[in-house]
Amino acid sequence: MDDSMYQQNDSAEHHQPSGIKRWLYTTNHKDIGTLYLGFSLLMLFVGGAMAMVIRAELFQPGLQLVEPNFFNQMTTVHGLIMVFGAVMPAFVGLANWMIPLMIGAPDMALPRMNNWSFWILPFAFAILIGSLFMEGGGPNFGWTFYAPLSTTYSNDNTALFVFSVHIMGISSIMGAINVIVTIFNLRAPGMTLMKMPMFVWTWLITAFLLIAVMPVLAGTVTMVLTDKYFGTSFFDAMGGGDPVMFQHIFWFFGHPEVYIMILPAFGIISTIIPTFSRKQLFGYHSMVYATVSIAFLSFIVWAHHMFTTGMPLAAELFFMYSTMLISVPTGVKIFNWVATMWRGSLSFEVPMLFAIAFIVLFTIGGFSGLMLAITPADFQYHDTYFVVAHFHYVLVTGALFSIIAAVYFWLPKWTGHMFNIRLAKTHFWLSLISVNVLFFPMHFVGLAGMPRRIADYALQFADFNMIISLGGFAFGLSQLLFVWCVVQCFRGGEKVPAKVWDGAEGLEWQVPSPAPYHTFATPPEVK
Amino acid sequence: MSQHRPLLKRLIITSVLMFGFAFALVPLYDVFCQVTGLNGKPSMEKAKVSESVDHTQQVAVDFLTHAKEGAPFKVTTESRRLTVNIGEMNKVSFIASNLSDKDRVFQAVPSVSPGLAAQYLHKVQCFCFEQQPLKANEKIEMTLLFYVDEALPAEIEEMTLSYTLFDITDKI
Repeated sequence: MDDSMYQQNDSAEHHQPSGIKRWLYTTNHKDIGTLYLGFSLLMLFVGGAMAMVIRAELFQPGLQLVEPNFFNQMTTVHGLIMVFGAVMPAFVGLANWMIPLMIGAPDMALPRMNNWSFWILPFAFAILIGSLFMEGGGPNFGWTFYAPLSTTYSNDNTALFVFSVHIMGISSIMGAINVIVTIFNLRAPGMTLMKMPMFVWTWLITAFLLIAVMPVLAGTVTMVLTDKYFGTSFFDAMGGGDPVMFQHIFWFFGHPEVYIMILPAFGIISTIIPTFSRKQLFGYHSMVYATVSIAFLSFIVWAHHMFTTGMPLAAELFFMYSTMLISVPTGVKIFNWVATMWRGSLSFEVPMLFAIAFIVLFTIGGFSGLMLAITPADFQYHDTYFVVAHFHYVLVTGALFSIIAAVYFWLPKWTGHMFNIRLAKTHFWLSLISVNVLFFPMHFVGLAGMPRRIADYALQFADFNMIISLGGFAFGLSQLLFVWCVVQCFRGGEKVPAKVWDGAEGLEWQVPSPAPYHTFATPPEVK
Repeated sequence: MSQHRPLLKRLIITSVLMFGFAFALVPLYDVFCQVTGLNGKPSMEKAKVSESVDHTQQVAVDFLTHAKEGAPFKVTTESRRLTVNIGEMNKVSFIASNLSDKDRVFQAVPSVSPGLAAQYLHKVQCFCFEQQPLKANEKIEMTLLFYVDEALPAEIEEMTLSYTLFDITDKI
């Protein structure tokens, strides 16, 4: 058997093209995972540069650096890039790398589709970013592209925005299909569903959410396209349409979308916390059921984004209570993580630091979400910086911190080297402090009434905005340390054993470090 | 590959169906709003005349008109606010003028706020039932006949009937 395995490896290496073709033609899940992660890191910096433009303009009241129209393009494209270009591809990249290793599969189930789903992404973002440099400029209606801003009042490049969202959607759907087929068909013998690692579970549910709502997003942008260019009236009252209906259809996609961006994060944290607490995850079953209930509830809460559109009282109450209900399964998760750490033999390696920061800061974002869910209070908070503070706490200190934690956790497995721990810890502490300087004061200016998405603000917000901008610049610069740390780790460093972390469990730690190009050609036995 | 095909097929079909579902949401939304009367869209059908008048209960009705951006019309009324008896027929006169030098046609689209009140405001005659052709710089008088249903919940003490004017000359 050993002989045949070696032969297989040999023949695979013979067929492997080198240079750029290796990456263009690759169907290897590890290569594609690396491509996804590299691409999302690049997009993180492109979107981050746009955030720096926004914060530089808001450093002082008045207009200094950019035109309001360009400012609006920056907020729009920053949002689109961070959601569809940074967070989602990073999770897909982690799924590609880790799911086959975690379930003992030789590769993803549909490797050619896997190659395709990655390689259409750069085109989507080239179209989107390219529109910024064209006459008329890029999209300027916010990443939520509410009608009639995106139909009646948008510029002629809106078609480019629509097509790039179509391509992103197709890419996500193909990625999700691949994940589901892999998990259902390629699990190692003995790995029942309830023995799967939490990361695999959360990704399975995320993939179902993606298949359910990404097509709805594609439908929404298609309606915007035909309304704008082909004379239909889905969202135009003149032709019998309804602009409020846009918001209903958009948020029917949009709310499950926010769980698409946080469920894999829950899986990552549920992997890291037990490792460095040297205990089993507390309440594995309740974790699985909590994830399923969050996914289910995400479909019946969408109108909490629309409390101020003049819904009747009954609807406002329904969406308020159903939204608050989500805090129950989420609370179960937070409780389980804390209970896992309780009386564990804790050690504070870099992934663990990010994971603990995730729990604390994500909970802050969860609580501000609860405040926003209170309908009468939301009339005050709606469209202010309080909302901006809320979703950045859940997306930056939530999703992004979990991605960084995951990269530090599995980077030694990918490269075979330990990263520079001192540098990584510096990165952590700088990020932790600056991210709070950046986002925490946004709560205050938001409660005091500073509206979001506007290039200027009233004078009384000047001091806080200067502090926020300084935090923003510091957070942006701190991420350069992350890149440095990752690049260094690829180049070399202290060799690590197969089981990098002594408390780690799972099949991925049974393969050598760095993980060979082909793993689990014969499926492992799971007891 | 062959072992994956059935599942793959089902997942692709689901994605296509969900794409269709986005479009199915459009008629579903209209049906939902019609059944529940939630979105303030008043009926565009001629209502029957009410049979009785309740002199004890009154409700204030405000009238608003505004032309959509670029629509060269103005519609005004002398009675901006009426306090009406429940069930009593009321007549309101509106003056519509074409501000441009060309013959135009407009369509008025009514909306009632609060949304729940829409189903209790019955229009027996309304200029919004028809398209209104106006010659260049022409002024015409138009009539609205309406009454408020007896079933109006007591907590609604005032309502607003708003008309948005659309220029539909090019769309006929």
